[in-house]
Amino acid sequence: MKKVYSRPKSLRAVPMHYCPGCGHSIIHRLIAELLDEMNLQDNAICVPPAGCAVLAYNYLDIDMVEAPHGRATAVATGVKRVRPGNLVFSYQGDGDLAAIGTAEALHTANRGEHITVIFVNNAVYGMTGGQMAPTSLVGQKTTTSPLGRNAKTEGQPIRVCELMAQLGGPSYLERVSVSSPAGVRKTKAAIKKAFEYQIKKCGFSLVEILSPCPTNWKMDAMASCSWIDEVMAKQFPLGVIKEV
Amino acid sequence: MTTKTKQLMYGTHAAGEAAIQAGCTCYFGYPITPQNELPEYMARRLPEVPGGVFIQAESELASINMVLGASVAGARAMTSSSSPGISLKQEGISFMAGMELPAVIVNIMRGGPGLGNIAPAQSDYFQATRGGGHGDYRTPVLAPASVQELADLTFLAFDMADQYRNPVLILGDGMLGQLMEPVLIPTRKKNEPLPEKDYILTGAKDRPARLVKSLILDVKEMEDHNWKLHRKYQRIEQNETRWESYRMEDAEMAVIAYGTAARIAKGAINRLRKEDENVRIGLIRPITLWPFPTKALRDAVKKTNDFFVFEMSTGQMVEDVRLALDGRGKIHFYGRPGGVVPTPAELAHSMARHYYQSKRSRKK
Repeated sequence: MKKVYSRPKSLRAVPMHYCPGCGHSIIHRLIAELLDEMNLQDNAICVPPAGCAVLAYNYLDIDMVEAPHGRATAVATGVKRVRPGNLVFSYQGDGDLAAIGTAEALHTANRGEHITVIFVNNAVYGMTGGQMAPTSLVGQKTTTSPLGRNAKTEGQPIRVCELMAQLGGPSYLERVSVSSPAGVRKTKAAIKKAFEYQIKKCGFSLVEILSPCPTNWKMDAMASCSWIDEVMAKQFPLGVIKEV
Repeated sequence: MTTKTKQLMYGTHAAGEAAIQAGCTCYFGYPITPQNELPEYMARRLPEVPGGVFIQAESELASINMVLGASVAGARAMTSSSSPGISLKQEGISFMAGMELPAVIVNIMRGGPGLGNIAPAQSDYFQATRGGGHGDYRTPVLAPASVQELADLTFLAFDMADQYRNPVLILGDGMLGQLMEPVLIPTRKKNEPLPEKDYILTGAKDRPARLVKSLILDVKEMEDHNWKLHRKYQRIEQNETRWESYRMEDAEMAVIAYGTAARIAKGAINRLRKEDENVRIGLIRPITLWPFPTKALRDAVKKTNDFFVFEMSTGQMVEDVRLALDGRGKIHFYGRPGGVVPTPAELAHSMARHYYQSKRSRKK
């Protein structure tokens, strides 16, 4: 029998700790598939974040260095400058990248560091139990915005891609979502393109992925996917935001 | 640049050149007075070094984490700052201690707390010698007292950092950083290779993937890691404790001071000994603040009962002196915080008053 589908070599054969319906496991798999397909497993260096995906090192079978919360792009900068021949990417959530690590992310982008950021936006702090994130939508109820995010006191959700598009350093910024099979395919294509941009030394690349967090959204997996498509994507429009 | 003869250099420049001669290829920093001449020197010099990387980062947080990244990628990396900036770097230093990553961090201290001022002070002794950041860890702290020693200890710091896989701190002050003195920059023996590192990230080619992290969720594993670090710190205490004894042979009173304060103390001791040939004052100068030269003090207390601790602070190292003497000896403290640098004459005045008073009471 012909084998048409199997676990990528770059993904370890261990069960994942992620909640049912979580987007991280899909995104991990896409990265692993690409590392296999692009023959980069023995070349890639990943900087996972603080947050749910801190344990990405249990799943991706590549060299990894953990970063303090928010500092992944600074760590990745240090790694890449010493090892320009390696594929260096950070994997960060919305709290990590757009709150505590905003300065590092913007300046790494602005310097045009030849790194790729996989930015997982699920509009909430997952690991710590569902607090308000910089990308939480106006009106979104979280454990620290129990009445819903109030734009007057808590501000509007931050659109990271659009913010970075104002800078000179980024070469490729795209927002995708893993809320549907088509979205998953587009996500894979976007990450591939981002890696290619890095390999061609075109500068900084970032893929923002809208990703479900059913546990903290208090929805089931299907409803979470619909919420991304119908609500989240209105605040965070999908598509290529910048390409040089 | 290195020469075979001494050249006149700023302390900060000498530290930078010594770092480069030690094999440092990466510098990441953020401007803060009084140490800006060090990043400025590295900005000029590192582009001339093969593989040299200089980044003026957006913050102290970013710079220490770039050091972390460069270190895990295998380079000898450093950063420098002054007191408030060092506070910001503590998160990264704690992570590197947990991950067992080498790095050299230079703190050219100033008066504090808060923004304080930019004058020379020894206000960060506690922070430097107790780990500095969160968690159960230590970092070796080297305290030079001259431009030559600043160069020598910076060079040594890179070897120590690699040998023990641990961040190493250089603790100077604004005086030392801004001072110009003749210095011979240490150099590595020709073709002497840097140590091999079996933990660095290079891409998992022909070997299993590597992981460098400080997160250890299992409490037993975390405890094991803490004890492993502790054993390493014990090895550092055994092997790396350094101090200078100066005119201690006949001393009836031992002055304890480090860095710039020790220099002033030497001047004061020489002045008093010259004025009165019966004066018997010596100096114990800790060169490593952690590990603290406890042994030197315990040996000294066998011969002299009188200790005069001088710091450019309200009294921080004096606590280590008390711990070392453990109830023995009489400890007198003289401190000048806030960026005040007393002259040898001023210090000699205070020292003499204490010395002669003690002498009189001994005679009674």
